[in-house]
Amino acid sequence: MFEFIEVLRNHSFMQNAVIIGLLASVACGVMGTYVVVRRIVFISGGIAHAVLGGMGIAYYYGYNPMHGAVVSALIAALVIGFVSLRYHQYEDTLIGALWALGMAVGILFIYKTPGYNVDLMSYLFGNILMVEGEDVRLLAYLDALIILSVLLFYKRFLAVCFDEEYSRLQGIGVVSTYLLLLCLIALTVVILIQVVGIILVIALLTLPAATARYYARSLIQMMILASLFGAVFTTSGLMLSYQPDLPAGATIILIAGLAYLLATVSKGLVSRFHGYRKRY
Amino acid sequence: MKTNDVVIKIDGVDFSYDGDLILKDITLAVKEGDFLGVVGPNGSGKSTLLKIILGLIHPLRGMVRVFGQPPEHARHLIGYVPQHADLDYSFPISVRDVVLIGRLGKAPCLGGYRKDDRQAAEEAMQEVEIYNLRNQRFGTLSGGQKQRVLMARALVGKPDLLLLDEPTTSVDGRVEQDIYELLKKLNEKVTIVLVSHDVGFISTYVNRVACVNRSLSCDRTEHITGDVIEACYSGPVHMLKHKCEL
Repeated sequence: MFEFIEVLRNHSFMQNAVIIGLLASVACGVMGTYVVVRRIVFISGGIAHAVLGGMGIAYYYGYNPMHGAVVSALIAALVIGFVSLRYHQYEDTLIGALWALGMAVGILFIYKTPGYNVDLMSYLFGNILMVEGEDVRLLAYLDALIILSVLLFYKRFLAVCFDEEYSRLQGIGVVSTYLLLLCLIALTVVILIQVVGIILVIALLTLPAATARYYARSLIQMMILASLFGAVFTTSGLMLSYQPDLPAGATIILIAGLAYLLATVSKGLVSRFHGYRKRY
Repeated sequence: MKTNDVVIKIDGVDFSYDGDLILKDITLAVKEGDFLGVVGPNGSGKSTLLKIILGLIHPLRGMVRVFGQPPEHARHLIGYVPQHADLDYSFPISVRDVVLIGRLGKAPCLGGYRKDDRQAAEEAMQEVEIYNLRNQRFGTLSGGQKQRVLMARALVGKPDLLLLDEPTTSVDGRVEQDIYELLKKLNEKVTIVLVSHDVGFISTYVNRVACVNRSLSCDRTEHITGDVIEACYSGPVHMLKHKCEL
């Protein structure tokens, strides 16, 4: 604990890590709320895993893998969004295929890249302690873009998520709104990959929002609460993992998962208690 | 009401889904001020007919005009109340926000709703007597209250035509009566088309009944006889005996 504060005060890598954790919390709180209420966890998972393809290709050709991740995340969002709208009946099979294809492409390119392949593990499981200044700036821009878009399109996203058919009757572009939402989720995924890696992205995207759902009465409340939960999970994860030298990403997810379980169980107990009081 | 303009005109419409003919040669005219009840057994194509009037789906053959235009162009004049069972009750959304969705097409593209949108939402909520519930979560309401919220959402765009799909499923008899009384009051201003599988109750409120069972077997109903209904349901129906006042 004290050691963590000492490191945080003196070393930029830990400062960067905490900043990224907070940036990620806002993004996952806001966009995770949409993922949870619209029930598109699987679609988001497909986008997240397909991102590895773009990262691998960028890595092979000597570009910044982060840039590859942004491009491939957006492409994956549009392709998967199109598939889920157009071929709704086969949605899960097709997304499962894209999910695996993206990963396979990424692994092939990373494998064929000359040199020592340490990066594959950090893409898959996160490397929050090794993110550099330039990437922090990129993540901050992505965060700003996500928040600005949600501010501008809040009422449309709400309407399309709650009642797609009625939104269509209102004459708004339901398809374009939905694809925009998926693109913003894709950008969120890119931010979260830095924190916990591709494999665990879905957990960080959904657990804070799912926990917040138990206490929120509106979408905006859920977003704020989920962002706060995210901030607590990431910061405490960094704190707890540093001294025993545990992987930060996995520690963060473990804390988030335990908090969600705790919230679920306590919510269940409370409603059971109320049911008991009503009956007797 | 004063004029007798045709609001909905359907002529020779066929609709099929996956090769099955669901609606066959439907011809129907709804006049301004009508309160039309569309009845028929489950799976008879009643809801499909509503969706065709809304322009959500397109017929295989035939012509549909709403206020003299193709349905897509008349949507701003239509208020639609879908079956609320299709909505996600666990969604964190307040009653006010549900009602405001009815203003989405009129509100600016970016940013929040304007003051007149909020004003219209408040008036619509008062009209169907749910203003006191405005801050409640939609999912926590009773079936009848949910129905009123969806009616407010349909009314908030100030429509000239109101379409309702099974508005009284999952509500008990007294609430059902309240909803029909409310609709009767609304009918002083708007034309109403209501879909229901419940033949008996609606006949006291509507001024015309159309029976759908793939084909539209009866329309103009100054007198609805048991025979016509039985033909539609292909079985005896005992609720409907009395004359339908026009």
